[in-house]
Amino acid sequence: MKLLYTVVPFAPLVGAIVAGLWGNRLGRTATHRITILGVLIAFLASVAIFFDVHNGNTFNGPLYTWGTSDGLTFEVGFLIDSLTVTMMLVVTFVSLMVHIYTIGYMADDPGYCRFFSYISLFTFSMLMLVMSNNFLQLFFGWEAVGLVSYLLIGFWYTRPTAIYANLKAFLVNRVGDFGFLLGIGLIAAYAGTLDYAETFAQAEKLATMNEAVTGWPLITAICIALFIGAMGKSAQVPLHVWLPDSMEGPTPISALIHAATMVTAGIFMVARMSPLFELSDTALSFVLVIGATTAFFMGILGIVQSDIKRVVAYSTLSQLGYMTVALGASAYSVAIFHLMTHAFFKALLFLSAGSVIIAMHHDQDMRNMGGLWKYLPVTWLTALIGALALIGTPFTSGFYSKDSILIAVAHAQIPGATYAYFCVMAGVFVTAFYTFRMIFLVFHGKERFGQAHAHHDHAAHGSDDHHHGLAPGEKPHESPKVVTVPLVLLAIPSLLIGAFTIDAMLFGGWFANVIFVDEARHGSIAALREEFHGALAMGLHGLTSLPFFIALAGVALAAFFYLVRPDLPDRIAARVRWLYTILVNHYYFDRFNEIVFAGGARRLGRWLWQIGDRTVIDGAMVNGSAQIVGEVAEAGAALQSGRLYHYAFSMILGIAVLLLFLYLV
Amino acid sequence: MTLTHYLLLAGALFVISVVGIFLNRKNLIVLLMCIELMLLAVNTNFIAFSHFLGDIHGQVFVFFILTVAAAEAGIGLAILVVLFRHRQSIHVDDLTELRG
Repeated sequence: MKLLYTVVPFAPLVGAIVAGLWGNRLGRTATHRITILGVLIAFLASVAIFFDVHNGNTFNGPLYTWGTSDGLTFEVGFLIDSLTVTMMLVVTFVSLMVHIYTIGYMADDPGYCRFFSYISLFTFSMLMLVMSNNFLQLFFGWEAVGLVSYLLIGFWYTRPTAIYANLKAFLVNRVGDFGFLLGIGLIAAYAGTLDYAETFAQAEKLATMNEAVTGWPLITAICIALFIGAMGKSAQVPLHVWLPDSMEGPTPISALIHAATMVTAGIFMVARMSPLFELSDTALSFVLVIGATTAFFMGILGIVQSDIKRVVAYSTLSQLGYMTVALGASAYSVAIFHLMTHAFFKALLFLSAGSVIIAMHHDQDMRNMGGLWKYLPVTWLTALIGALALIGTPFTSGFYSKDSILIAVAHAQIPGATYAYFCVMAGVFVTAFYTFRMIFLVFHGKERFGQAHAHHDHAAHGSDDHHHGLAPGEKPHESPKVVTVPLVLLAIPSLLIGAFTIDAMLFGGWFANVIFVDEARHGSIAALREEFHGALAMGLHGLTSLPFFIALAGVALAAFFYLVRPDLPDRIAARVRWLYTILVNHYYFDRFNEIVFAGGARRLGRWLWQIGDRTVIDGAMVNGSAQIVGEVAEAGAALQSGRLYHYAFSMILGIAVLLLFLYLV
Repeated sequence: MTLTHYLLLAGALFVISVVGIFLNRKNLIVLLMCIELMLLAVNTNFIAFSHFLGDIHGQVFVFFILTVAAAEAGIGLAILVVLFRHRQSIHVDDLTELRG
């Protein structure tokens, strides 16, 4: 089996290397065949491993020992259990769909081979991350996905906005990684190991210790530091600012990286660390409050976006907030469950948004769309399925995961749970509203495309040669098969996977011995189990429960605003101009960062340059020492009068001093 | 005539020559003469000690010093002549080329 485990991450890596180094020589068809084959092998191997794990064969061991230093072993190793294999299936499946979809989406792009190389490299990095059995490899995967994300956001490297966005993503992620590295460092320092199992074995001992310098409870410090890493990667407030901008990249990677897989790394990591997080209520409260804030406030921002991809991006932020809330409520398995369902329906939504963008000839502004359902029937239907899953319509996969989160939060007892409950409930309404606002604006209502682009606001989404839009009178066409087939293949799990897996994943012991929950203190998952009477009963009950009505109200309001009275939203926006301004500026997070952090860094740099470099180093040390030599030499030169009697006098004086010295000694 | 008298004479000659070097602002020849005088003061010391200690070695050294002094005077005067030809002056205050 060990060989099979090895094949999973390395098959995509081989694909990435071949596509990256020889892609242009091999040609486009050969390149995409090789990379897709790599990911397909990884997917099939993951399926085989899934059945193996299902039969109870787990694995935890090193593959290669990199080095040992002072008792600390650095290894490349795999931990294969139910959590890992769930992630492997999600990652390889979505990645495979995205690979196929890319053939259609990037067909005209000059960077075709480079793109395939990147997404295969990403698949490798993500698999290394989830399959790791130690913190070092986790960190490797963590950084590697960050790197690929950077490369892909800036894929169209001639656009200034893309370069700005990828730099921003990289820098914001560094902030999170700083916390993550601190957490790993604390574990290495106090547990003396980087291995998961060995760390968890010492969890109880760590819980009794205090951090030596600050005196903080050690376990809380570790958990919060690790979670700060997760905040960067999973885009939680206030480190979320990079994710909306990352939409500058091509749509397939928005689906793969910034919706389905990489951003879930933080969620996965916290779930993996559940034995540590369970021991610190403070850390859990922190997680809960951050997640709830993200879920609600980022969702609201989705309402005012006009770029189709940005709406989906903000909904990703909001859904990541939901997952984080589930983590904070100690319902780790629910978070992973939502991670899985979300990966499917969010990838679906992104890819269908991409399909719309292809049909609109790379115009992403929803105000230029409308009535597209006639022209893009497959895209419309699949996007609708994605939207229904996203808002949690009963019987869809999103319903099962989201409703479980709502119930779990309702039963959470740690501080902040009431706030979180309010946020996620209000979030249901917001989600329904912005999702169907998008559906109605894009697919229904009056046809606004092919006009003179009255709304075509170049500054809003970066002007470049990719934004063409339809010519007047031109009609959009349904996308080719390579685009629609992945949509259909993703729509199926988006609808069904929740109902089929909820029992096993949440209550059936699939995650037993992998995710640890202290049920005596954190009873939300136990309460969830008590209320659960089968997937069908849950769906039927869902039809009469509060979240469903809230979501329905959101959809109804969106229908009213964007189908019945399309003039109303603008008038409301004009009425509450201040609120609208705040939302359009994303709560001024970007402005704040620009002034305080970027500006502060620049001021610090200027100060160091002027005072540190120019005054101290250049002024005092480099030129100063030269100047002192000069002055000493000047003084010495003054002694050299050139007059003979002065030299004679100094000779005699020298002899006198020497004699005096000899006489005294 | 005791050793003290000889030593006092030699000391007086030495001091005169030193003072001559300091006070002389005019002529390079005077400077050379002062150096000669200084050597003579030393010679006097050597001879006096040699005589009173009954040791002939001191007088041997005097011959050495006299030889060196003669050579020194010869070279010094030769340099002086060349210098005068070159600068038209042997005035000490004019010779300040030797500065950094």
